[in-house]
Amino acid sequence: MPQLNKEAKHPVTINLNGKEVNGYAEPRMLLTDFLTHEIGITSCHVGCEHGVCGACTVLVDGNITRACLTFAVQADGCTVDTSESLADENGELSGLQKAFKKHHGLQCGYCTTGVLMSVTAYLRESPNPTEEELRTVLSGHLCRCTGYVGMVRAVMDYCENRPNK
Amino acid sequence: MKPKGFDYLKVGSVAEATHALEQGGEDARLIAGGMSLVPMLNFRLVEPSILIDISKIEERKYIKETNGMIEIGSATRQCELEKWPQTQSKLPLIAKALPVLGHYQTRARGTVCGSLVHADPSSELPLCLATLGGEVVLSSATGTRSLKAKEFQTGMLSVAKRSNEMVTAARYPIANPDAGYAFREMSQRHGDYAIVAVAAVVTADKIKLGIGGVADKPTVREWNMLDGSALEDALNAFAWDLGGYDDVHATSRYRRELVRRLGKNTIEEAKKCRS
Repeated sequence: MPQLNKEAKHPVTINLNGKEVNGYAEPRMLLTDFLTHEIGITSCHVGCEHGVCGACTVLVDGNITRACLTFAVQADGCTVDTSESLADENGELSGLQKAFKKHHGLQCGYCTTGVLMSVTAYLRESPNPTEEELRTVLSGHLCRCTGYVGMVRAVMDYCENRPNK
Repeated sequence: MKPKGFDYLKVGSVAEATHALEQGGEDARLIAGGMSLVPMLNFRLVEPSILIDISKIEERKYIKETNGMIEIGSATRQCELEKWPQTQSKLPLIAKALPVLGHYQTRARGTVCGSLVHADPSSELPLCLATLGGEVVLSSATGTRSLKAKEFQTGMLSVAKRSNEMVTAARYPIANPDAGYAFREMSQRHGDYAIVAVAAVVTADKIKLGIGGVADKPTVREWNMLDGSALEDALNAFAWDLGGYDDVHATSRYRRELVRRLGKNTIEEAKKCRS
């Protein structure tokens, strides 16, 4: 790969939520800003911009990633999934999203996009977590509305009652 | 909260990385997981002229056993060590430290070697390296050398790595089957930086205790077997010797108290793990 000059904008192609998208980024452009301002999606929320709050959490090539600690040029050629990938093509919410709605797992919704992606990645590795394990995963996200109780109930309910368990 | 401009180069081998370091000079920085470096870039505490991305160097993605040590390549992420089936048996101290090392979300990206190079005084992996007596392998365009943990970390956020070198691996000694290992820390929130972190190794006749978060780097002390008030006196002396500082999270007095109490509990736990 050639060295990318700091003054120039470089083409970045990603497979975003199942669709190929293109944009341009200087090397210093964060993946959060690329997704929000260059591509124009609204599902990668910018919070603290130093990896603490978890609002910007997305999946890059299936791995959980803080988009505010990743540069757009690093994600070139990768698959990026945000919470917009969870619902089906008709807009029907996924089982996890329905459980969040049912159990009041969100209020303002700002942290929710990141939380959903963390939980999605974690449940792929550990399909039936204990409440304690789940709370440890959620400790990587700051939520100022729910006190996490609704989120925990939602995920536990989803794990218990989902089809094809 | 946006970094200053820098050139970017993704490299595929150690040779490419060290060549780029020679070209880039003092202002070049390596990035692997970026979990410590990118916050510093965003805050403009670090302003490199070029960022050399070493996260995709396939030859450095490994965990292997070599000469009584577990060697971890520089592109190996913390979550990979967490999932490695032999971490529990070969590196029990690290197995106990990993769950409190950052968050699930940061361990998925952060690398083992990156944490060592960042050298935060309260960070878990440098503390384990110092306590176990591990070493770090450094490569430059002209050669390779290895440094013991105490030669490598020289102070707060500073290590003996030269600007033309990259850390290519970390080596942690394999656990002694006759020893007990324990790790505990106190932090404001699960996964935050520790106010005080404690690593203990107990054998039949020795106690080794490593403390992070008080002095400017992990500090290790070894005693012949101690119990009761003799142990408390030894911990108290150690706590005062470490110095410590006041900051927004804790006073130096509180840190000393943590060394005394958490130190004792961790040693007791390590003793139990032995028996």
